[in-house]
Amino acid sequence: MRRITLRSVAITVAVLLLATLPLWIANTYYVNIASQILLFAVLALALNVLVGYGGLVSLGHAGLFAIAGYTAALLLEAGHGHLFSDLAAIVAVLIASAVFAVLALRATGIGFLMITLALGQIVWGLAYRWAGLTHGDNGVNVSGRPTVLGVSLAGAIPFYFATLVVFLVAVAAMALFVRSPFGASLRGTRDQPRRMNALGYNVWLIRFVAFLFSGFWTGVAGLLFIYYNQFISPQVAALQSSAEALLMVISGGSATLLGPIVGAAIVVIMKNVVSAYVERWNMALGIIFVLIITFMPEGLVPGSVRLWKAAWQRIRRRPATTAALEEQRP
Amino acid sequence: MSQWLTLAVNSISYGGLLFLLSAGFSLIFGLMRIPNLMHGSFFLLGAYFGVTFLAQGMNFWLAALLSAAAMAAIGALIERFLLRRLAGQELAQVLLTLGLSFVVADACLMIWTGDPWQPETPHAFQGAVQVSGLFFPIYRLVIVAVAVVIAIALWLLIDWTRLGAMIRAGVDDAPIARVVGIKVSQLFTLVFALGAGLAAFAGVVGSPVLSVYPGLDAEMLPVALIVVILGGSGSLLGALVGSFIIGFLYNFGQAWFPDLAYVILFLPMVVVLVVRPQGLFGKVVP
Repeated sequence: MRRITLRSVAITVAVLLLATLPLWIANTYYVNIASQILLFAVLALALNVLVGYGGLVSLGHAGLFAIAGYTAALLLEAGHGHLFSDLAAIVAVLIASAVFAVLALRATGIGFLMITLALGQIVWGLAYRWAGLTHGDNGVNVSGRPTVLGVSLAGAIPFYFATLVVFLVAVAAMALFVRSPFGASLRGTRDQPRRMNALGYNVWLIRFVAFLFSGFWTGVAGLLFIYYNQFISPQVAALQSSAEALLMVISGGSATLLGPIVGAAIVVIMKNVVSAYVERWNMALGIIFVLIITFMPEGLVPGSVRLWKAAWQRIRRRPATTAALEEQRP
Repeated sequence: MSQWLTLAVNSISYGGLLFLLSAGFSLIFGLMRIPNLMHGSFFLLGAYFGVTFLAQGMNFWLAALLSAAAMAAIGALIERFLLRRLAGQELAQVLLTLGLSFVVADACLMIWTGDPWQPETPHAFQGAVQVSGLFFPIYRLVIVAVAVVIAIALWLLIDWTRLGAMIRAGVDDAPIARVVGIKVSQLFTLVFALGAGLAAFAGVVGSPVLSVYPGLDAEMLPVALIVVILGGSGSLLGALVGSFIIGFLYNFGQAWFPDLAYVILFLPMVVVLVVRPQGLFGKVVP
């Protein structure tokens, strides 16, 4: 009981802090960084569905992210409306996810990772080489941000709130997903695929649907990204972007709800801080990757939770033992 | 017709280069069960070593061999001191090689700058031979010859020596190989070093044709990946056939559909995955 209230208090405080964030940081630069964190958190949460709960490590999610972004950006450039372009982008990313899933789910483990990597590279190759469609390395400009319910999202603060709303919906969807029977069956296919199969579950179908769910939220994050940046280039689809997304999931702690969010915050802040001082973000990314995998494979959130629980138990046990000692000595 | 022949020669020489790159990748994948995501980095770093030696006025082949030896040593160190720590955790090992590939790419950019380096073709192999009115650049034929020599040497090593038999045993069933007294972990170090050396050698040999520039690693890695998915992991013959298929597809695709050349490379991989997931010459891993 006590932990549930503690948790709900923490959630309320976090939401209040996020909702009032533009009030206490007036600087637009920091508000923009907060928007970046939230939109990449959506991507990390989406990837975590496969990596954390499905045990399927994808290195092709930047491809899906870019497909949503490019579809919307190109349709907007062709003069279509925001609603149509965004819906078309979601449809495109769902179709792409289905194709990715059918091919990649021929394997699990390392095979899955290799196939998604190759598929992601195909998307990168298209974005980079098919200059007639995508303008190649020059990228695509997105002319403006939409107006939602009469509010223009052109400014940093309205855009932050729009991103926050999407982020909260994503978190709620993930929380429901994790607790749903479907989420449980996905975790089952991760831990005991054979038993799940023997119990009559369609392991392939469960993974396929999870891939679509993950692809959907990846697409949503891709849309937020092009509206935030108002530009998309092949770099977005590169292997490095997929690796960054994976680093967000792993560094925060996969298979937790909070982990990918913390991971996204760490990576975005690191990226901005490191890039401000040196041009060596790639090296920093690689080194952090190596350090986390070697020394803290569970990620920061589960690692900290473990330490916190150990400390908490020590605090609780100490008064109990002293009380017991005092009882013995009347 | 003449354009076809020229394309075919280019395809074969590119295929030869790919074989040098992917033979090691395939052996590492077959034995250690991990795709070495820094294989492109070995290629790039080896090529940079090579152009640095060449800039000192060193003989071309000596530079290639020295670069290969240096890379083999680095590969052995990486396997022994980084990958070994994570033995048995294949996913962590793959991610480790991915992280290291970023470090290598950035270090190369820092040391050798972003400008492309293109060493001169060795003097003895400059120019072209004329065969019935068609000109073939000599150096491309030399690449093919080198690839054939190395392919034969690898085949002799794997199929006809005690060491090769041990590697094959490790590829087929590592636990049983251990039980019969083969030190599989030593094989890991050896094969990783061999693969790194071969990739570096390919990087130097390819540098007069491809030139060396940042991003070459990320370009070569997926190609090696496709070759191995296509040919089947741990199979030299698969790597050879896969390399030439990809060599032809790349050159003809580049000539006919320049926009989609990169995508065409991946199509046979997709077909193989759907029809024969273990690859053309791969064995079904239980």
